[in-house]
Amino acid sequence: MSEARSNILVCTGTGCLANDSEKVIKNLKLILKARGYENEVNVINTGCFGFCEQGTIVKIEPDNIFYVRVGPKDAKDIVDEHIVKGRRVERLLYRDPNQNETVEKQENMPFYKKQLRIALRNCGLINPEDIYEYIAFGGYEALGKVLTAMTRDQVIEEVKKSGLRGRGGGGFPTGLKWEITKRQESEVKFIICNADEGDPGAFMDRSILEGDPHCVLEAMAIGGYAIGADKGIIYIRAEYPQAISRLNTALKQARELGLLGKNIFGTDFSFDINIKYGAGAFVCGEETALINSCEGKRGEPNYKPPYPAEEGYWGHPTCVNNVETFANITQIIMRGAEWFSSIGTEKSKGTKVFALAGKINNVGLVEVPMGVTFREIIYDIGGGIQGGRKFKAVQTGGPSGGVITEKDLDTPIDYDNLLSIGSMMGSGGMIVMDETNNMVKIAKFYLEFSMDESCGRCTPCRIGTKRLYETLNKITSGKGTMADLDALKQLAYMIKDGSLCGLGQTAPNPVISTMKHFWNEYLAFIKDVDNPRGEGKYMAKNKIGIKS
Amino acid sequence: MSIKSLDELKKIREEYKSKVSLRQAGEDTADKIEILIGMATCGISSGARETLNAFVEEIDKQGLNNVKVIPVGCIGYCHSEPTVQVYTPGQKPVLYGNVVKSKVPEIVEKHLKGGTVVGNLVLAIDYERA
Repeated sequence: MSEARSNILVCTGTGCLANDSEKVIKNLKLILKARGYENEVNVINTGCFGFCEQGTIVKIEPDNIFYVRVGPKDAKDIVDEHIVKGRRVERLLYRDPNQNETVEKQENMPFYKKQLRIALRNCGLINPEDIYEYIAFGGYEALGKVLTAMTRDQVIEEVKKSGLRGRGGGGFPTGLKWEITKRQESEVKFIICNADEGDPGAFMDRSILEGDPHCVLEAMAIGGYAIGADKGIIYIRAEYPQAISRLNTALKQARELGLLGKNIFGTDFSFDINIKYGAGAFVCGEETALINSCEGKRGEPNYKPPYPAEEGYWGHPTCVNNVETFANITQIIMRGAEWFSSIGTEKSKGTKVFALAGKINNVGLVEVPMGVTFREIIYDIGGGIQGGRKFKAVQTGGPSGGVITEKDLDTPIDYDNLLSIGSMMGSGGMIVMDETNNMVKIAKFYLEFSMDESCGRCTPCRIGTKRLYETLNKITSGKGTMADLDALKQLAYMIKDGSLCGLGQTAPNPVISTMKHFWNEYLAFIKDVDNPRGEGKYMAKNKIGIKS
Repeated sequence: MSIKSLDELKKIREEYKSKVSLRQAGEDTADKIEILIGMATCGISSGARETLNAFVEEIDKQGLNNVKVIPVGCIGYCHSEPTVQVYTPGQKPVLYGNVVKSKVPEIVEKHLKGGTVVGNLVLAIDYERA
């Protein structure tokens, strides 16, 4: 028997691992062996399918049947019914809560219908710990093509033409960043992959690294070639042990095959990658703080300029890109800038991965073309609000972003539109809130996070966020006055204007945006709202939100 | 082992392609021929498992990459097991009966590659699938 007749794909992303997927795999293998099918059927560990709400995910190929919520005890039924007798295990099929029908195939599930997977294309398809599977799906061809058939300028031109923008949140054009770094005259340059994903509720980068580590390594080598760097660094938080272990496996395999190291593809280009572990400080996602931390210094940001592209790691020109940005590169090289730029909106090309979380039915990871609306993501892909409750707001951009309310639900999602409605793209966290959530407390939650994560380097952020938090605490405990609301607003803008880096400059955003959209919820906490004294008079009288 | 050229990489890619050929990547969802093999108790006892493996082997040998072999449950023709249904997109399904292992190469050669139905194996039962 040369070929297996069936593959059982089992998700081993962190979400499914927490749901005992390792035991599912062990049981499947044991039972297959006991029934004498171990040569006919392969059990494959894969990366994240994205549908974490329904873990553990098991998919059977070539039948293309998608089982959800599989526990270790279900392994017996899958083998005895599906593999041996060819019968679907009805109770493990996905049941669409809105239609009350079971769905057998992945592509028919509403969760997957509107998705377009570029960065996540291999997640849930290949075994991330097997480089040959990555190669079988076209892996490392982009690197080969770049090294043997393209000049450095051509690579940069292609990435520029594609319109790819940084997926870490800022949205800076990736091609331009590469060009600036390439232009610097220096013997030594570095390319860094920013895998310090810290937004509460966001796990896009983790899933890519866990599910398809090679696509990031390959893209880093391409970037290294383009800008003239022979060393890459992956800065990853130590709280991602699974991703780290798979990265290390991937690095080892790539080195063994000569896809990293000296004279790659027989050319004179050499490139290797090191991993640096972050100790879990949110601010280290900021590129200058990240570089400081890489150098072994305190994770504190520097004043920009000079930008890292001019003076970065140990003073050498350094290009810092996010994991998801890298995950798009190989496809741009293989399928062309034109194909990539045909997806998305005018100024934001391609797709974006979002981590859907909060009060939504289908919690998980979704990749959608730029330009879809929040309504589509929340109601079509996300399956609506839990328990049929009413939607209240969605927070994008994590603790740096703002809330988006009902009236903006039909806004097409791209970098610029999000800024214009008072939030930001951020790295891709999307937390949905329903009518039972109190927005003042939500703002307080995010602020507490920013306050904890403030590195303390500059005063507005260090002391300001603390004072903001104290004021919010006073308000939510019912002791606040109208004067406190005034002070809150004033302080928020002061921190925004006075802070050194992105953390402080954006930390008050949740407060500002909830004050704007949910002013009444603030007022509800205030005891002297009908009889204001002092400065609060003006605001209570007019009952308007922010006048900035 | 170290890969020293793009051609070497492509060679490895070809070598390992069959390992992942069962899996559906991205867009190529439609226009695959499906071979459904009845694998209920009666089917298995008549040798459906051997038939299924013979299909997988033969298809791999012939290098056909647009065919999926899928085990399914009983369709009720226990008198003629093993039963095999061939689904070509856009065409009426064809139902074969008594497909023992040795009949497999003929079906692959004539029907899957040549496009002509193997008349003497067809079960003359008219049916529709919803």
